[in-house]
Amino acid sequence: MPRTLSAPVTVAFDYTRSTGPVVGRFLSGLRDGVVIGGRTSDGKVVVPPPEYDPVTHAPLDDFVEVSDTGTVTSWTWVPEPVKGQPLDRPFAFALVTLDGADAPLLHALDVGSPNDVSTGMRVRVRWRVERDGAITDIECFEAAVDSEERAVGVAGSGRARALPRDEAATEQPRHTAADAGTQGEDITGIVVPIELDYLYAASPEESLFYTSLSEGKLVGQRCPTCGKVYIPPRSACPADGTPTAEEVELPDTGTVTTFCIVNVPFLGQRITPPYVSAYILLDGADIAFLHLILDIPAEEVRMGMRVKAVWKPRDEWGTTIENISHFAPADEPDADYETYKVHL
Amino acid sequence: MRDVAVVGFAQRQMKEFDGSPTCVELLVPLFAECYEQTGWTRRDVGFWCSGSSDYLAGRSFSFVQAVDAIGVIPPVNESHVEMDLAWAMYEAWLKIQTGEVDTALVYAFGKSSAGILRRTLALQLEPYTMTPLWPDTVSLAGLQARAGIDAGLWDERAMAEVANRSLTDAEKNEYAVRKGGSSVEELLSRPMYADPLRKHDCAPVTDGAAALVLAAGDRAREVCERPAWITSLSHYVDPMSMGTRDLTRSPSTANAAAASDLDGVEVAELHAPFSHQELILRSELGLGDDVRVNPSGGALTSNPMFSAGGIRIGEAARQIWSGEASKVLGHATSGPALQQNLVCVMEDRTAQEGR
Repeated sequence: MPRTLSAPVTVAFDYTRSTGPVVGRFLSGLRDGVVIGGRTSDGKVVVPPPEYDPVTHAPLDDFVEVSDTGTVTSWTWVPEPVKGQPLDRPFAFALVTLDGADAPLLHALDVGSPNDVSTGMRVRVRWRVERDGAITDIECFEAAVDSEERAVGVAGSGRARALPRDEAATEQPRHTAADAGTQGEDITGIVVPIELDYLYAASPEESLFYTSLSEGKLVGQRCPTCGKVYIPPRSACPADGTPTAEEVELPDTGTVTTFCIVNVPFLGQRITPPYVSAYILLDGADIAFLHLILDIPAEEVRMGMRVKAVWKPRDEWGTTIENISHFAPADEPDADYETYKVHL
Repeated sequence: MRDVAVVGFAQRQMKEFDGSPTCVELLVPLFAECYEQTGWTRRDVGFWCSGSSDYLAGRSFSFVQAVDAIGVIPPVNESHVEMDLAWAMYEAWLKIQTGEVDTALVYAFGKSSAGILRRTLALQLEPYTMTPLWPDTVSLAGLQARAGIDAGLWDERAMAEVANRSLTDAEKNEYAVRKGGSSVEELLSRPMYADPLRKHDCAPVTDGAAALVLAAGDRAREVCERPAWITSLSHYVDPMSMGTRDLTRSPSTANAAAASDLDGVEVAELHAPFSHQELILRSELGLGDDVRVNPSGGALTSNPMFSAGGIRIGEAARQIWSGEASKVLGHATSGPALQQNLVCVMEDRTAQEGR
């Protein structure tokens, strides 16, 4: 039996990134079905092209089209793919040096088992049909069999081909690759969705707080050093670093120390604005916590106002602060400023 | 340069930490151990620096919450790095060099088990052409291991020898989450996992936290009989791309070694989360066969993210404190496939000082 409450949580964010001219050129090539490398000052062709020369540190502007067929220079088996990888069945990650390039590209290789892959193996790009200018426009690599390789050779794209430098430098849409697919403006930005799954645990002290809430109780903890009562309880007193062991049950009445009127709509908002979000100092607590003030016009909420918790029906309770629907005005005079000024 | 020594060290390592992502519950007893070792209170600590990452367990601003474990009234001088404890220590060492402070307590924490660690770490890669493929840590290490096998620089047997020695040494380490040596033959008979890696070639996912205490000059001598004086501290970085560096080498380790005085090192704690990486590190550091490597069992048996590098420095320092060695090396790595490397050499000086 774990001592903490936990729940699955997914954190997701779409990162919007500008590419700059070099990465943009590479990704534009992928969209058009060609792989573009960069020639560095030592004469090597590197894929993807580095933005700056590793030796001279000058911006790279010498672009070279390389083949979409190449040779595996290293590989590893992926027995248990994780979410977001190019293939959702076991596959190999491989470093592939494309014909015409001197440095390998990292990507997935679709093979059935580790017995079907070896260093030195010939592979080619499996292009995604719908391409939008991303590394995932290459779906993965796949084995290139001899007959297909010959066909590729006949088409003449098996070797590196230098691209005009002025074209590279001016970032103009490219119309030269006879074998390329759709042409368009160069890619200048990409969106990379990131999603991470966690099993998120509350601390033991927070777990006590939420478990108590499921029984209709508000439980905080007192610091043995300074005597302050924290709700929700923390693992250590932030003032002196002492673990806060002593449990303290608090009433569901308190004082508004400060508040704001929410007028702005936002994604996921559950209450129609305007409404009040307030810091409420429960009687006996030394730290205020955030909750809603309802059952009163927003413009009448004030500092020092006395409030009482309005609980949801008991059958709706869980291990959550939402067991308290909101706080409502208590029928008593406002608290004197002196009683809560140190908690602002 | 001011003379700075490691004078305190505490650690917790476990397979799964049943607690919050902020690890405050772990840090409080760790700090208590450091206070006990030094006789200090928190007010004797001139500078604090922590290492952690919110991506590990999905808690925003976890490093801010972790400061609760210090207690910040009166306010403390505090900083944070999104790197391993070893780099938090580097920042503290620099802070002491400025003369602003004489003492520091650095700490790090991480609850790797809250997510899928090998996937989460794809976020440290180049975000345009690498992260969208979600290359996991084990795969990147596998590519590196294969490169060395193909080049004839090491083989599966050499990797198994590293694993067997580490698992055997880990039996004496109460914090190691994987332990128990057998034989090279037995390890080689186990199935492949991420070919060419078997599971024992890969560090286990580990939760944990650790703390190191630094002090300058007499402040160190006051609290420690045999301070582990830092005589070299060096950090270098290689390119992130897997395609533009020779994966069988670690130029940044060689650079850090060249900037350090490794002559006479008796014990080396190397941060090698994969068995073949220890072989690369030993070669780049030029460690002879007479150097004892990873008596703690090393990161291969217990690798708490954000602490494991600093733990190498702490374990090496302990060899000085106990008198078992007079010159030791602690190494920390960061980034994909040994991209970044930090070398910390520590020495006993009681003989020179006639103490």
